[in-house]
Amino acid sequence: MGFTRREFLVISGAVGAGIGLSSLGIDMGPARAYADSIKMDKLKTAKQTTTICPYCAVGCSIICSTDTKTNQILNTEGDPDSVINEGALCAKGAALYQTTANNPNRLKKVLYRAPNSDKWQEKSWDWALGEIAKRVKAVRDKDFIEKNAKGQVVNRLETIAHVGSAALDNEECWPLQAMMRALGLVWIEHQARI
Amino acid sequence: MTNHWVDLKNSDCILIMGSNAASNHPISMRWVMKAKENGGKLISVDPRFTPTSAKADVYAPLRSGTDIAFLGGMIKYILDNNKYFKEYVVEYTDAPFIVGEKYDFSDGLFAGYNKEKRAYDKAFWAVKKDDKGVPERDPSLQNPRCVFQLLKKHYERYTPEKVSEITGTPVPDLLKVYETYAATGEKGKAGTIMYAMGWTQHTVGVQNIRAMSIIQLLLGNIGVAGGGVNALRGESNVQGSTDAALLFHIIPGYLPAPNESLPTLAEYNKKLTPKSADPRSANWWQNRPKYVASLLKAYFGDAATPDNEFGYTWLPKLDAGQNCSWLNLFDAMYNGKIKGFFAWGQNPACSSANANKVRAGLAKLDWLVNVNIFENETGSFWKAPGMDPKKIKTEVFMLPCAASVEKEGSITNSGRLAQWRYKAANAPGKAKPDGDIMYELMNKIRELYKKDKGKFPEPILNLKWDYADDKGHFDAHKVAKQVNGYFLKDITLKDPTGKDLNFKKGDLVPSFAFLQADGSTSCGNWIYCNSYTNAGNMMARRKKDDPTGLGLYPQWAWCWPVNRRILYNRASVDLNGQPWNPQKAVIKWVDGKWVGDVPDGPWPPMADKEKGRYPFIMKPEGFGASFGPGLNDGPFPEHYEPLECPVPKNAMSAQFINPTIKIFAGDMDKHLTCDPRYPFVATTYRVTEHWQTGLMTRWQPWLVEAQPQNFVEMSEELAKMRGIKNGEKVKVSSARGEVVAVAIVTTRFRPFKLGEVTVHQVGLPWCFGWIAPKDGGESSNLLTPNVGDPNTMIPESKAFMVNVIKA
Repeated sequence: MGFTRREFLVISGAVGAGIGLSSLGIDMGPARAYADSIKMDKLKTAKQTTTICPYCAVGCSIICSTDTKTNQILNTEGDPDSVINEGALCAKGAALYQTTANNPNRLKKVLYRAPNSDKWQEKSWDWALGEIAKRVKAVRDKDFIEKNAKGQVVNRLETIAHVGSAALDNEECWPLQAMMRALGLVWIEHQARI
Repeated sequence: MTNHWVDLKNSDCILIMGSNAASNHPISMRWVMKAKENGGKLISVDPRFTPTSAKADVYAPLRSGTDIAFLGGMIKYILDNNKYFKEYVVEYTDAPFIVGEKYDFSDGLFAGYNKEKRAYDKAFWAVKKDDKGVPERDPSLQNPRCVFQLLKKHYERYTPEKVSEITGTPVPDLLKVYETYAATGEKGKAGTIMYAMGWTQHTVGVQNIRAMSIIQLLLGNIGVAGGGVNALRGESNVQGSTDAALLFHIIPGYLPAPNESLPTLAEYNKKLTPKSADPRSANWWQNRPKYVASLLKAYFGDAATPDNEFGYTWLPKLDAGQNCSWLNLFDAMYNGKIKGFFAWGQNPACSSANANKVRAGLAKLDWLVNVNIFENETGSFWKAPGMDPKKIKTEVFMLPCAASVEKEGSITNSGRLAQWRYKAANAPGKAKPDGDIMYELMNKIRELYKKDKGKFPEPILNLKWDYADDKGHFDAHKVAKQVNGYFLKDITLKDPTGKDLNFKKGDLVPSFAFLQADGSTSCGNWIYCNSYTNAGNMMARRKKDDPTGLGLYPQWAWCWPVNRRILYNRASVDLNGQPWNPQKAVIKWVDGKWVGDVPDGPWPPMADKEKGRYPFIMKPEGFGASFGPGLNDGPFPEHYEPLECPVPKNAMSAQFINPTIKIFAGDMDKHLTCDPRYPFVATTYRVTEHWQTGLMTRWQPWLVEAQPQNFVEMSEELAKMRGIKNGEKVKVSSARGEVVAVAIVTTRFRPFKLGEVTVHQVGLPWCFGWIAPKDGGESSNLLTPNVGDPNTMIPESKAFMVNVIKA
């Protein structure tokens, strides 16, 4: 038998619950079969990965179960192996599932709002990033400050600003600041300031 | 945090003040409760009786904005009652330092104040140094000009009665807190502080934390298990994004941002690298040139050479004194000085103090790029209530990004622990990981500059930008390795014992001790050096060995710096390297080496007069500093009233408010203090079910069902006075804006008695906004003032004045 600890917990939990109730004279047969079918289905088809909760900075670990056929996340739960949260989660962490593709409110399209327009238009990535790049260059080429009023070399740009993002991964934060500094930005701020 | 979450269990006394951890960092309470099970005490100090207070052994209320008065009273109590840990104070802190003749303090002002500039000349606060340049010290602590005696003198005025008159805390409650917490000054006892925005979001924010740091130094609580100064950071990676310097004043690894007075790398290094004349001070920042050169090599790769100062001139330089922080940024935007704006994973239209000004500023932009997983009040500001889209020219690009479980990478928690997370599924629809978005955008900008040169293309074209995998997708591992750093040539270096170590070009650098200033190493962030080595990705580790039994878990993920779990741990031992508390030994000197946590440097204990080093290695002189001559608003914390407050004068001195704060004076920068139209103190906070502005959580039905709309909590007395019943809709207004909220009439708020005066306080969450849910109410940041701390410019969102009437 090649059970992992987690699989063992899931299976023994389902069987254990059934035995507990049947000793009270309740026939758990059908319910148990149904529960087992869900659990076994999850075991058969789910790939488990760990993640760290995206909300506060306690750093709770969460297990995501992803359906290997549909690539959809079908369950999220606290990770009992974490030394920090030992499986526990708060209300937000426990609702992580609703930040995923399972939430129909997620933004799925690139949107553009033209000047003075009252609606969004759907656009392609290529168009949007190309247009942003053009605007960055146009502003930068026009407003770049090579020397300040005292004649000192400062090589900066004061007409584009950036805020965010404490929600990104470290590996995204680093290139983000590198890119903004390479453009010459000095208005670089984020959540830590407020 | 100097310590970390699990370490809370080791504490003998936990003070939660300026934080409501039970609601906002709920799982932290797991470890707080373990401390309680072990006999530790929990103290909650908060204007409101919170879920944290409900778990506390001792609760004391205080009026918002009066924490320094409260803590200053504690400093006085500790000194008057000899509760301080003398050996620690004398050996490891600056208490024996002699302060120069020019330092003085009189009626709320320190020496060196310039009224016109609203600023101090800090030269007035210098400490005395001997011929060699080493600070003069009086270990007897008797010299009237030593820091210890000046501290005593400064807080003489903070009697329990005076403090109570300011804070509204009943004197017996004050004394109970002081007595309980000061008991941790006993050798071997540990007390800790958990604070959050309740301390930072004030015009005296930094000094709130300094006041507590002074207490921690007096009680010998820094460096020990169950001690430290612990900021509970509010976003999953606000620690990592700060480390990465997504802030104007630093570049990665807390290196100061270059400015006009530092035109060359040589001058940057000369002026900014601290020196110590004391051979016993490690003065760790003397290594700064190595970290800067390695960072520049990470930025610009082969294009960075010794001849071009590793590309130092390509970095933007601030003017001297130029402050590009948040409030100034939105002031510039409101005044039409900013054309293009990236709001990347942030919702300033709800998160900023005086959010109406931010929203008006957004309407003055040429273009706005908003990257997020949900529609939000920033990207959709042009259709907010009261906005006429036809009159708003701002173009908006709304870019959908991946959620946390739809990409791979690390985030750093409050305890400096970088943990790796994995991709569980693809992002829905056309949404993309942020890494891919920025990677592709910069490639497009680079293409334009290649094709058609444009202004100063060097930094753009020379930026090392090769972070894609074989398929052209952003590769987090490539960046993680770049952040850790590489050897760029074959090199032989010595380990701390003097043994030769051979490294090959392309090896990952195992520790920042090996970084070089000559361009032979790269490192994107020196404090992350050791996180991803030739041995693999340290941040992905999940081993649970706990050799000390203290919950350090040295092989669970990876902690900066060099996997040290408790900072300043050399202060947890005596001069011979033996722990103050042998039962909870963080480190210990055994048979000529340190065992336990990664020590704060390899040197032997202080008893070794030649090789020993003082424990506070990041301070140039090596001592924990009670006297802070580097801050803008004084070397000791002093009580000043918030910019908006309910009293006509400061009961402590003639100086009403912090004399060094910047007061904006535009048409949207209104503030009214002690004004009968806005008679109630207000504060803001969060609820467990929503996160920050609610951007992510307000779109989730489960959470919205639990917390559906904005509310305002008030005392029964205030409700009676205004004829408001529990559950009724009321209007809360300030000098800047108004929100409609549901009244929660509760005993959790009680009126404060300030001498003969009764003052009422209310509180509102700031987790709501017009876009969702329907009828959930507006952001409470429409009410808060845009005035900041003089050191950090963090806005004073936690103490301001409002009116409350039936809607």
